[in-house]
Amino acid sequence: MDILVNGFQDGMGAVPPLILIAIFAVLAWLLTHRSTKIAVMTLFGLLFIYLLDLWSETILTLALVLTSAVVTLAIAIPLGILASRSKVVDAALRPLLDLMQTMPSFVYLIPAVIFFGLGNVPGMIATIIFAMPPAIRLTNLGIRQVPVDLIEVSEAFGATQWQKLVKVQLPVALPTIMAGVNQCIMLALSMTVIAAMIGAAGLGLNVLMGIQRVDIGGGFEAGLCIVIIAIILDRITQNVIRSGFDH
Amino acid sequence: MEEIQKEESQKKVKVSVRNLTKIFGNRPQDALRLVEEGERKQDIFQKTQQIVSLRSISSDVYEGELFVLIGLSACGKSTLLRCINRLIEPTSGSIEIDGVDVTAMNEDELRQLRRTKIGMIFQNFALLPHRTILENVAFGLEIQDMPVEEREQKARGAIDLVGLSGYEESYPSGLSGGMQQRVGLARALASDADILLMDEAFSALDPMIRRDMQDELIELQARMNKTIIFVSHDLDEALKLGDRIGLMKDGIIAQLGTAEDLLQNPRCDYVERFVEGVNLSRVLVAKDVMKRPSPLLPPDSGPRNALRLMEEYGISSIFVAGGNRVFRGIVTVDGAVEAKRRDVPLKEVMVTDSPTVLLDTPAQELMPIMAGTAYPVAVLDSERKIKGIIVRGSLLAGLARLEVDV
Repeated sequence: MDILVNGFQDGMGAVPPLILIAIFAVLAWLLTHRSTKIAVMTLFGLLFIYLLDLWSETILTLALVLTSAVVTLAIAIPLGILASRSKVVDAALRPLLDLMQTMPSFVYLIPAVIFFGLGNVPGMIATIIFAMPPAIRLTNLGIRQVPVDLIEVSEAFGATQWQKLVKVQLPVALPTIMAGVNQCIMLALSMTVIAAMIGAAGLGLNVLMGIQRVDIGGGFEAGLCIVIIAIILDRITQNVIRSGFDH
Repeated sequence: MEEIQKEESQKKVKVSVRNLTKIFGNRPQDALRLVEEGERKQDIFQKTQQIVSLRSISSDVYEGELFVLIGLSACGKSTLLRCINRLIEPTSGSIEIDGVDVTAMNEDELRQLRRTKIGMIFQNFALLPHRTILENVAFGLEIQDMPVEEREQKARGAIDLVGLSGYEESYPSGLSGGMQQRVGLARALASDADILLMDEAFSALDPMIRRDMQDELIELQARMNKTIIFVSHDLDEALKLGDRIGLMKDGIIAQLGTAEDLLQNPRCDYVERFVEGVNLSRVLVAKDVMKRPSPLLPPDSGPRNALRLMEEYGISSIFVAGGNRVFRGIVTVDGAVEAKRRDVPLKEVMVTDSPTVLLDTPAQELMPIMAGTAYPVAVLDSERKIKGIIVRGSLLAGLARLEVDV
């Protein structure tokens, strides 16, 4: 996992920041089905961060968040699908998810440190645990909410279980699943700050240092960058959802 | 009677249902025994908590027939329809399609059957919102792993057939209810299935559109010779569409026959309740169940005009009315033909003593009058002006509508 984060970070670090910012803006534009508003917002938000001289920290935070989110989703979406198809899995997962969601997030840091020491990886492990429940829940809910008659359609036309899942259930549930993805990324972002307490780097560390040194300016600058990233990621994921149905 | 049987035996049985029983619940076997002993649905539920949906239904649907299942809600009609392609698993009994027992099929065989032989159309259209019309229509073919080009070509053909050319790239949300159901119809037709299962297919459409769709279905049916099993709760619709109609009540087919059979010889409670219903028909009067009398024939018109009007409106008799719509009599198509042949004025063949009723004649009194005449009944006001007409279908439909409103 560390390799993933480092690779991500090195890759993005190798590109000159201004070019990278432009790339991000174009990416935002493409992902949101050509929303100029979001692209412009991305451009200026990232430029602002660059001018605050927090670019390398931001890249690291982004790398942490996105890597955690990808790993989380790779586990959460299949689990959500399983839960939607089996009452047993659903019943078994429910108390576990309740636990994961209500446990104070700091608590996850303790075993993570014990097993993985200090650094980015334990931070990501804690992040993954923390960000997983909504993605599982919303995937499960989304599939269960697919109208009965659409399920009947797929069965009446002779779809296999796999075809039913891929051609009907997942596409119809997509807006709900994407809401889960959105939640997952947001939670991962909020957790990276907390994960700084066990040595995860990035903007969270700057915030933490701001607290320790009572450095209002430094803390605020880093906090502001986190907010900007949050807004950009949120708008992008939300609009990927909507573009699926707004024809 | 013998003749009818002979005629029926010549038709090919497409779908054959034998002793089909469906019980919902976790211990169907207990209830099944009680069903065989002939216990009532309510008693069985009290004893075993199992819900009996279908009780030992046996019936045949012939090739090329439009078979309507009608009944109030929860009578089992949709369950029966879904048992045919096993969307609902029957508890006992068998279903044969083209002589092959569907209930004995394994998953693969069943899937193959659903893909190639049976198309289904749903009440709320059930179109996939993320797919274009073309992709929706091609859905069944895509499931069969047909190559893209081939399936799109077939889908375009089906879209053309239901008159939606030009909408291929639209999304369902942009279409009206009637158009959406056309897509549903095209989807079922695309796979070239010879059996169509239609579950209240037109019930969600507004009345004007519904009538159009019914007409188109009849026309499509005539052209393509599909075997259609159509579930409806609308008596009007059933009478209009059905080659044969099965009236369901409490999980059995209470009466099975043509629209004529059902109206002239109502054997089951469902129709009888409309016909003799204790309170319902007492509160209804002629005015509530009559249809608009279009058209009326002026007394001095000739037989040709009468025939033309009858042909245009698809009716077999026409009322003759003087100025101010005052009732004079009725001319039947036979009468008009005879007048034309003998070249005499219509007056000669006009029936002047056909039954008439007043606007406020109770529906209950209408029934014996309807039963005793071959003509439509004219509804007159106190000045003997024609205000409407009543035929058997409109009387029953009027009663049925009231039933729904109550």
